Amino acid sequence: MFTRMPRQRRLRKVVSPPKFKGYKPYGARKQSSLQEEELLYEEYEALKLADYDLMNHAEAAMLMGISRATFARIYESARRKLARAFVETKEIRMAYGHAEMDEDWYICNDCFARFTIPSQVSSDHCPLCSSVNIVSVKS
Amino acid sequence: MKVVITSTSDSLTSTFDRRFGRTAWFCILDTEDDAIRFIPNEHLNASNGAGLKAAEMMGELKVSKVISGDFGPKAKQLLDKLGIQMVVIDEADSLVQEIIERLNYTK
Repeated sequence: MFTRMPRQRRLRKVVSPPKFKGYKPYGARKQSSLQEEELLYEEYEALKLADYDLMNHAEAAMLMGISRATFARIYESARRKLARAFVETKEIRMAYGHAEMDEDWYICNDCFARFTIPSQVSSDHCPLCSSVNIVSVKS
Repeated sequence: MKVVITSTSDSLTSTFDRRFGRTAWFCILDTEDDAIRFIPNEHLNASNGAGLKAAEMMGELKVSKVISGDFGPKAKQLLDKLGIQMVVIDEADSLVQEIIERLNYTK
């Protein structure tokens, strides 16, 4: 017997995750009953690509590794959530969702070490042999 | 800055361990004063989550760079979040000492 199972969701690539955990309205009339709106990482990314980086949906979808239609759906959902949060004075909380971090691996052409460059360090040389002969690999 | 190298035993002449979560020892090199310390991996035989626990340990020790042969997905994710640089090398028969020399050479 086969059981019906929903198709697995493809992971959405997120290049730069948000640098905050959420937003809170200030000066709200009734502070006591603040509700939350959960904004997913991929929704944040979609909003950023379309409205901040001003990409068109097809380009943005390709960058996130999803179809244009899926991108449009995520983007729509992000906008609606933000609108709901504003109008209903809700907090916005970031949630992980179905995101996949696009961690960049680099490879050193001199000693063949593979490494990551965390955003906190700003270096452009190999951590092992200090060679500047490094290239980015998409694994 | 603290650099961790995964090691198969607790001396400089021991070979490098290609596993991260299930390495036998961690060799901690402090580049400020060139102090070298070895600490055993308590989670070596954990049935699961060894990589995650090792990554947590790296965070507690305030390590900025980890040199190993491979990182599991969970460990990778956490190390990324902690802003710890991962360095992957494939040379299975390198000695810990040799790797340290390569690091020092560039200082």
